[in-house]
Amino acid sequence: MIRVGDAASAPEFPVAAKRALGNAQLRQNVRRATEIIRNKRAVVVGEMPDWEQLRESAHAIKDHVLRHLDFYLEQFEAACTRAGGHVHWARDADEANRLVIEIVQGHHEREIIKVKTMTSDETRLNAALEAAGIVPYETDLADLIIQLGQDRPSHIVVPALHKNRAEIRELFQRTMKLAALGPEPQDLTNAARTFLREKFLRVTVGFSGANFAIADTGSVCVVESEGNGRMCVTLPKLLVTLVGIEKIIPSFGDLEVFLQLLSRSATGERMNPYNSIWTGARAGDGPEEFHVVLLDNGRTNVLADVASRETLDCIRCAACLNACPVYRQTGGHAYGSIYSGPIGAILTPQLQAMEHSTSLPYASSLCGACYEVCPVKINIPEILIHLRRRIVDEQTGHLAERVAMKAAAFAFAGSSRLAIVQKLARAAQWPFKRGDRLAKLPGPLGAWTDARDLPAVPAESFRDWWKRTRRQP
Amino acid sequence: MLISLFIACYNDTLFPETGKAVVRVLERLGHDVEFRAAQTCCGQMHYNTGYANEALSIMRHFVRVFETAELICIPSSSCVATIRDHYPQMAAETGDAALQRQVEALLPRVFEFSELLVDKLGVTDVGASYPHTVTLHTPCHALRSLHVRDQPIALLRSVRGLRFVDLPHYDECCGFGGTFAVKNADVSMAMLNDKIGCIRETNADVCAATDNSCLMHIGGGLRRQQAGVRCVHLAEILASTGESAAG
Repeated sequence: MIRVGDAASAPEFPVAAKRALGNAQLRQNVRRATEIIRNKRAVVVGEMPDWEQLRESAHAIKDHVLRHLDFYLEQFEAACTRAGGHVHWARDADEANRLVIEIVQGHHEREIIKVKTMTSDETRLNAALEAAGIVPYETDLADLIIQLGQDRPSHIVVPALHKNRAEIRELFQRTMKLAALGPEPQDLTNAARTFLREKFLRVTVGFSGANFAIADTGSVCVVESEGNGRMCVTLPKLLVTLVGIEKIIPSFGDLEVFLQLLSRSATGERMNPYNSIWTGARAGDGPEEFHVVLLDNGRTNVLADVASRETLDCIRCAACLNACPVYRQTGGHAYGSIYSGPIGAILTPQLQAMEHSTSLPYASSLCGACYEVCPVKINIPEILIHLRRRIVDEQTGHLAERVAMKAAAFAFAGSSRLAIVQKLARAAQWPFKRGDRLAKLPGPLGAWTDARDLPAVPAESFRDWWKRTRRQP
Repeated sequence: MLISLFIACYNDTLFPETGKAVVRVLERLGHDVEFRAAQTCCGQMHYNTGYANEALSIMRHFVRVFETAELICIPSSSCVATIRDHYPQMAAETGDAALQRQVEALLPRVFEFSELLVDKLGVTDVGASYPHTVTLHTPCHALRSLHVRDQPIALLRSVRGLRFVDLPHYDECCGFGGTFAVKNADVSMAMLNDKIGCIRETNADVCAATDNSCLMHIGGGLRRQQAGVRCVHLAEILASTGESAAG
């Protein structure tokens, strides 16, 4: 079945957001971290004279790939197979998990080291592995923090962004049994390094996600900052990579565009410290056996809707999260999905065929900050509106809203109707009127007046003033 | 030049002073102004909330009303953004070629109020006097869709007696977002509280904007918190000449 982490059972966004807003520590952590990344991004993007052309190119390449996805996927399969890799196709989360487990069990292994794979959070691979008696070790520092804390990722690039250093220290002290662990970043990094090195040297199965899958060469590319990913994809004997089918780019040369955009947008770096690209498997050079699992899990649902298809252009840089004034108030957990922020608000419900997470398209003021920073020019506000429209058309929205909108449309159909509504509003407001403003209102408008005044409807509308003071033509 | 006003439904109903101020400024500059009484709304709320069919009927009405207008002045940046950004696509979706042509012909004649003054009419000093410290909120649609930020600042800087203070983090959304302010009231308020913090930092006594929708939200919060800062539409500042402005 199609699954996006736990999104199908998550509470509605306004409910989860309210809870997050009550957590002062979390809000401070999120605010501080996103501000640092935003500022770094602004500097390194500002120094690129051809930034806009790069964005245009990336959008055009992705658009081309999505129009010919069948061709490029098969080209990738052929090239990867030629280079000694094994390519598998997974229709949904369960099928992907089963394939991975079968490969690991085929080698009679009981542990795997993992890196950089949100896609496996999407399929909930770790839970499936554990159920099959296989122990997964996350090796990306932030993912390790999430795993040790039995927490959930709150950001696409920096999954533990909601945790500050003191909280991480306490977690390491408790879970790694290091009572005397110091508070400095070096202390924490050293603890993680010691913890992970032992796994790198012992475990013989590696598992990764992919930033790009290159069709013409059959190569896979992973970018990261720590080098733990490099360990995961080079040290083990067996390597399994899980790739969403939208991660395909046509040729090796296209990396020129995407690697410039991704690092600057994601972490505010000119280039990622580690860029690992590998092609198939070869004796004496890295893993002896390499498998790629190509995952659909709802992506063809997204592909089918031409108006919002460009959602699949996303290269998971999270620039839209850092720029989003909603995300920066609530953090990522409120979105109930591993894909949070503006991109999560459009991707999560679409992957699930609009059957779950339908409060997410409304989790935006449509301010446009996301579109402004998106390196592949996904028009997120436009897609949010499109998804709202799908919810309205499929009649799964709120009844009260539907009634109010129909009534308003009736009033706006002609000026005489509007004038009548204005008169009615003037008459209906008197129980709530306090001078020139309205105090507490009943119903949905109470959500406004709980914290804000609302102006009372004045005695004379503009149109009445005009009529009274001007001669009619 | 005959300038036709599209006042916007919420200005007409809740903020009539803004419309009167627009009339006063344009007439003071020597222009003839008309108000086509058949006008209602641009369809923004319906469109943004996903009610595309309703928005389309409202758009058709708008196009009918203003088809013959020479210049259309709108004191609401988000309405102008709706017309410019969405009308062409909405018309295209109907497959109605005549409607598409009408929309195409209409767009170059639609101007946001400060855009009309500065970019089209070439005026920054409209002869206003307003002895207050004023900061400017830039609505997201003005900033990112219309690129209207320098125009209101130029107009404010030319007002006699007015001290302009720029707003820190002016490019951050105030949290209004139409139905967002009600559907996600808690997040909307959290965003507003940040915006109010920035406004208070300026020590301005007036916060201006090119859109009363943001100002209704910001002003509602400022009043509830008794912050001592008033929200005033740009047009009302530009209409002021120091004398009583009662209409």
